[in-house]
Amino acid sequence: MAHPIAPTAPAAPAITPISVKAILPWAVFFGILLMALIYFVGAEQGATSLISGEDVHEWVHDGRHLLGFPCH
Amino acid sequence: MNSATVRSLLVRGMLAGLGAGLLALIVAYLLGEPRVDAAIAYEDAHTAEHGMEIVSRSLQSTAGLATGVLVYGVSLGGIAALAYCFALGRVGRFSPRATALLLSGVALLAVYVVPFLKYPANPPSVGDPETIGKRTTLYFLMMALSVLLAIASVIVGKRLAPRLGTWYATVVAILGFGVAIGLAYTFLPAVNEVPEDFSATLLWQFRLAALAIQLTLWASFGLLFGHLAERLLAPKPEPAAAATGRGTAPEAAASVH
Repeated sequence: MAHPIAPTAPAAPAITPISVKAILPWAVFFGILLMALIYFVGAEQGATSLISGEDVHEWVHDGRHLLGFPCH
Repeated sequence: MNSATVRSLLVRGMLAGLGAGLLALIVAYLLGEPRVDAAIAYEDAHTAEHGMEIVSRSLQSTAGLATGVLVYGVSLGGIAALAYCFALGRVGRFSPRATALLLSGVALLAVYVVPFLKYPANPPSVGDPETIGKRTTLYFLMMALSVLLAIASVIVGKRLAPRLGTWYATVVAILGFGVAIGLAYTFLPAVNEVPEDFSATLLWQFRLAALAIQLTLWASFGLLFGHLAERLLAPKPEPAAAATGRGTAPEAAASVH
């Protein structure tokens, strides 16, 4: 057996969390922006259309199927 | 640990997302495209009308696919980096690298695998165009439920930890997540619009390819982002730098304003 007072593997040093106040503006602004991008890849010109036509849908067609979004 | 750290992590998350997207793109092209082509061949053989092609197949399967997968990778990379800012130092005593990999694993499950098990990816010609609205709503609803329940389970687990200990708090939180997802699976309507004579093998291979793309994306994101975050947040002490008076270690984390 191991030595009774052998130190255990050193734990990772505690990391000071980033304050929520510092994260929030970034999270809100970029969260919305990036989710809008995912919307254009995953759903635009499917169930809902912001841009008329089918160009966006047809262009990302294969990605939409393979990334698991409902298509057609 | 301030706003500058958030910005640095966000940039690194989007870069790691781009790198992970490139790897996922390779998997999508090699494993996914042959199945998309086979499904389109089935579609062409079974429908009389041939709508005009707006984007040619050769563009859809290369530049179009690349646009979709890379934008998806960069966007999810950025969102994951923002989630990472909240998780860092709050979920337990994990190193920056381990936190990144843990977060990626949870994201793979919550964002993709859990919705996929109820509403799996479908190749072209599976799915009635009339029901696209309903299917889109259900898919995004399932995804939102899964992500919100995952976040709630992490918070509940953290609250329970002082009373139950970390191990049992984690077990209870995961069980709670499983039960809630099971209820959602039970009460949300099923969607099954596979044509009668559509090849079961092709459907299975398409869905496996879709799963492989996500596995590649999240595994490589976790490793890439973990590497970048570790370098940003835990710079190695450099004795040589201290000796020559050129302290580089603290700069790396704090100099970006």
